[in-house]
Amino acid sequence: MLKFVKHTMESIDGIAIFPIISFVIFFSFFVGLLVWVFRTDKNYLSHVESLPFKEDN
Amino acid sequence: MSENLEKFYYDNKIVKMFAYATILWGVVGMLVGLLVAFQIYLPAANFNLEFTTFGRTRPLHTNAVIFAFVGNGIFTGVYYSLQRLLKTRMWSDKLSMINFWGWQSIIVVAAVTLLMGFTTSKEYAELEWPVDIAITIIWVVFGWNMFATILKRRERHLYVAIWFYIATFVTVAVLHIVNSLAFPVSFMKSYPVYAGVQDALVQWWYGHNAVAFFLTTPYLGLMYYFVPKAVKRPVYSYRLSIIHFWALIFLYIWAGPHHLLYTSLPGWVQTLGVVFSIMLIAPSWGGMINGLLTMRGAWDRVRDSAVLKFFVVAITAYGMSTFEGPLLSLKSVNAISHFTDWTIAHVHIGALGWNGFLTFGMIYWLIPRMFKTELHSQKLANAHFWIGTIGILFYALPLYWAGFTQYLMWQEFTADGFLAYPNFLETVTQIKPMYAMRSVGGTLYFTGVLLFVFNIWKTVKAGTFEANEAAEAPALTSSYEGSLSDHWHRVIERKPIRMLIFALVVILIGGAVEMVPTFLVKSNIPTIEAVKPYTPLELQGRDIYIKEGCNNCHSQMIRPFRHEVERYGEYTKSGETVYNHPHLWGSKRTGPDLAREGSKKLRKSHSWHFNHMYDPTSMSPGSVMPRYPWLLSKTIDNGSTTTKMAVMQKLGVPYTDEEIKSGKADLEVQAEKIAAELQEQGVKEADASKEIIALIAYLQRLGTDIEKSAK
Repeated sequence: MLKFVKHTMESIDGIAIFPIISFVIFFSFFVGLLVWVFRTDKNYLSHVESLPFKEDN
Repeated sequence: MSENLEKFYYDNKIVKMFAYATILWGVVGMLVGLLVAFQIYLPAANFNLEFTTFGRTRPLHTNAVIFAFVGNGIFTGVYYSLQRLLKTRMWSDKLSMINFWGWQSIIVVAAVTLLMGFTTSKEYAELEWPVDIAITIIWVVFGWNMFATILKRRERHLYVAIWFYIATFVTVAVLHIVNSLAFPVSFMKSYPVYAGVQDALVQWWYGHNAVAFFLTTPYLGLMYYFVPKAVKRPVYSYRLSIIHFWALIFLYIWAGPHHLLYTSLPGWVQTLGVVFSIMLIAPSWGGMINGLLTMRGAWDRVRDSAVLKFFVVAITAYGMSTFEGPLLSLKSVNAISHFTDWTIAHVHIGALGWNGFLTFGMIYWLIPRMFKTELHSQKLANAHFWIGTIGILFYALPLYWAGFTQYLMWQEFTADGFLAYPNFLETVTQIKPMYAMRSVGGTLYFTGVLLFVFNIWKTVKAGTFEANEAAEAPALTSSYEGSLSDHWHRVIERKPIRMLIFALVVILIGGAVEMVPTFLVKSNIPTIEAVKPYTPLELQGRDIYIKEGCNNCHSQMIRPFRHEVERYGEYTKSGETVYNHPHLWGSKRTGPDLAREGSKKLRKSHSWHFNHMYDPTSMSPGSVMPRYPWLLSKTIDNGSTTTKMAVMQKLGVPYTDEEIKSGKADLEVQAEKIAAELQEQGVKEADASKEIIALIAYLQRLGTDIEKSAK
């Protein structure tokens, strides 16, 4: 079963770089996301999360 | 702050209009749903009319619920919350009205044209090209009004709900345009530019993301606004909502190929779809937890408040269907669910639970507010809640049962190695009781909706509507520079256009990675020498197949399983569908697969098909297929043959100019031949000019090409 996959994979030049590129994109996207979410200023957060209630005064 | 307070008015009228439209189309869409639920086991419920036969009413139901009910629900919630979150009236009342009346006109035109048989056959994108253009225009009007409103806002920061609205707008626009690309044959008839595997890939990239970006992201926006409002406390974690948003839109767009597992779509694309579907559990459950935990410390109020009850069940249904979805994307599970009623059960947890209940909760909360009164009856709303919840269970559980039962019957072999249930019909009659129970569930749910309509009507009558609600807020200072230490996200999110572009880039990555190689790499779709374009008569027959919506019950995709190959013949190769504009793989088997209906293994006589279309039970006693007597009296539209072939040629189907020129005559020759054979077989009334002849020609052609290559 795996040999079919292997054959297709082997026939693509420089394929080894693709998983690395994918990993880098995903890893940096999610790590970046987490980093800035947790570095976000508390005052900002409490301001935005109260926005739905601003009209109620 | 107070020195430059500006006075302005929120436009409640547009919100009220959309809320009424939501209720009206909800009733219509669910009523049609009830009709199709009965028709599936009582075919006579089509009233013997072509317009009300399952193949046309089923797309009407799905379109009505998705675009009319939920669509208007989206607009209701967006028009209410956007104004308040941005502290401004909508930018243009005129655009709001164009959005409203344009959308309602599209719905009416959609309903009429679908019942008349104008359809592209592509699920949730059945509407023909002039309607598609109208949808694009109205959607742009909505986006234009939304962005102009965002630009003139009095609140600098965009609340997370608005991000969901922006992503919805941009993604739905991309999905709709890419999937609807087609070449018109005439007014109300077109062929998609994609064929076969590529058409299937684009269609399910669209189909899956219609669920993601029409039924999910806008409603998540509504959840992030209305749940905190109803609970009177901010969202559990705003940080989590940021992660929820970006992770969801980043991952969702890749998941479409999980609708095509075990088909002839290239394996790597299938795997990609599975991997992303599994990852989707994380942001989806993050969102569900965020919604449910917003109730923290307010759970006691759920006992009394019908609104909160609806929200809790809606969010729970979101959690359940977003857990079930990834599960269904696993190949081994998908083998069971695909083509069976499991999928139908799954989508209804989402539609009835998540979309339906969130809409009811939102409207129960909104109407009393805008009418300055209390809800007419909490008791009635609670009754609606319980009847609706029980209705969902009665709807879904029998269908789960039906899905498993039917699959187990499909794949069962006797000790001697034969199919245990070689007659497909046996596996349908077995689950008829489940279909009956499902229609009971649907009736219960609909009864709840009637209580809802009554309750809202009484509330409206008791209250006084405030069309323009006064509000005050300081203007935004245009000189705001921000500071260098500002977080970068706060910068993008202050700039809505940049936000739109970021969201666009994120969703384009997934679509591009899946589609570009499938379109460019030739080896992804191996060609088969013996596969030839349809004859003119077969082409017309195929269009009749599409018009009657046969693909709603019959797949044309044999999966590489022992039981499917045994039942239907050789599994489907991608090269076999290269001339199929559109593909007709289908997604549900209420009847057997037809990919090889004309093959030696399955071939029936012309007269069998003739009699079967006139009255299916005459050939298959107990069949639930409706009758198609009109095919015997309606004449083939041979006038369109030349144009149809010419358009196909433009799309890459190798018809020669001579073939196109002689198309009409060739059609007649083949039709005469079939009619003569029918008469030989005892069908004296066979008339070569009738639609039934074209349909028979098409059905007899299916699956015959690769037999020629075997020779």
